[in-house]
Amino acid sequence: MSQSERIKIAKRVAEELKEGEAVNLGVGIPTMIPDYLGDKKVFLQSENGLLGMGPTPADEDIDMDLISASKKPVTYEIGASLFDSSDSFKMIRGGHIDVAVLGALQVDETGEVANWAVPGETILGVGGAMDLVAGAKRMIIASTHVSKDGSPKLVSKLTFPSSGKRKADMIVTEHAVFKFREGKMYLVEILSDISIDQLKEITEANFEILEKVK
Amino acid sequence: MKKLVSVKDAIQLINDGDTLLVGGFGLSGSPLTIIDEIAASDKKDLTVVSNNLGEEGRGLGKLLVAGNLKGAKGSYFTTNRDAVKAWSKGELEIELIPQGTLAEAIRCGGAGIAGFYTKTAAGTKLAEGKEERIFDGEAYILEKAIKGDVALIKALKADTLGNLIYDKTARNFNPVMATAAKVVIAEVDEIVEAGSFAPEDVVTPHIYVDYIVMNRYIKKGGRYVESV
Repeated sequence: MSQSERIKIAKRVAEELKEGEAVNLGVGIPTMIPDYLGDKKVFLQSENGLLGMGPTPADEDIDMDLISASKKPVTYEIGASLFDSSDSFKMIRGGHIDVAVLGALQVDETGEVANWAVPGETILGVGGAMDLVAGAKRMIIASTHVSKDGSPKLVSKLTFPSSGKRKADMIVTEHAVFKFREGKMYLVEILSDISIDQLKEITEANFEILEKVK
Repeated sequence: MKKLVSVKDAIQLINDGDTLLVGGFGLSGSPLTIIDEIAASDKKDLTVVSNNLGEEGRGLGKLLVAGNLKGAKGSYFTTNRDAVKAWSKGELEIELIPQGTLAEAIRCGGAGIAGFYTKTAAGTKLAEGKEERIFDGEAYILEKAIKGDVALIKALKADTLGNLIYDKTARNFNPVMATAAKVVIAEVDEIVEAGSFAPEDVVTPHIYVDYIVMNRYIKKGGRYVESV
């Protein structure tokens, strides 16, 4: 996956975020989104206890007690606030975060997400993934279309452990945008020069095609 | 100041087999001085409740290397390869808890609440063996409160009564842990006169804090460096 494809995904998700929304960004491609928001202002929430997270500081301003959930140094935006972990997850679980943008290992055709564990490997980390899946008002998945070994990430049924019963609203890959409605997956946009037949080949999940895409 | 003790005396409050609530998100907000003292002691069979197990050989990672631990409960251990190894050899018991459930379980532990129903993890592997109940058409699972024998927390400053304020995102789990253990020991960078904090600014009121220990670590270039 090239950097330009990662940027394409980040830019497309950035279009989905609305002025003034509270947004939690997962690790990987989601962390690139702030670079593509233009003049649009959103409030980034970090689950270790910060609302109003700003960009990476200059080296001389790094403070390892002002960090993101990925444990990377960050800064404050104007109007930022600090709170403890239980308050932070009150925000997340209680439906006060407008959008969570998360990576995924697999997403099934109903929108159920697996993003915390690989079968057969030691499972010793979940972090805030399940809380975000359960609680954010909207869930957008930003992910490569297939996994590193070429196997489909968009599957008919999850073979990786589920992150929760709550379904994603949308997934953006380097090839396409899909939306999930009432347990069904819809192709709403094509983002590369891929044909629909080629897209079907690399997508195990069944999807319907919106008229405007055909 | 009445609550100030040496770190040597402080760890005498910990007994073999105790459950310790230890603040911090990675190394930030982690009581590194107290952890060092435990690692140098012969305390054993400790169970640590903390978001992570520090990093390899750093922070709580030191207790694993030193052999003080029986188990760990937290949300993310993958970044400490020592923890993964110890677990796969059967030398460390690990209970994996979603981060928000961990924070809420400790909050409940300090608030006199025995358990709570959460939708986080319902229907997943982490819900196995837990009671599921439907409220308003949605599945929730029963999680029990978590309490500790001793809480080891890190604050920026204490006043002479023991009121605490925290440094930026180093707050994380510390304020809830301060409420949920029989004995609470706070490691701080500085002690100031009572009255120095505006009441509005106090995050942890002093009644939660039993003992204060001075932090031996200083920050240089934004990172922790041991000063002695």
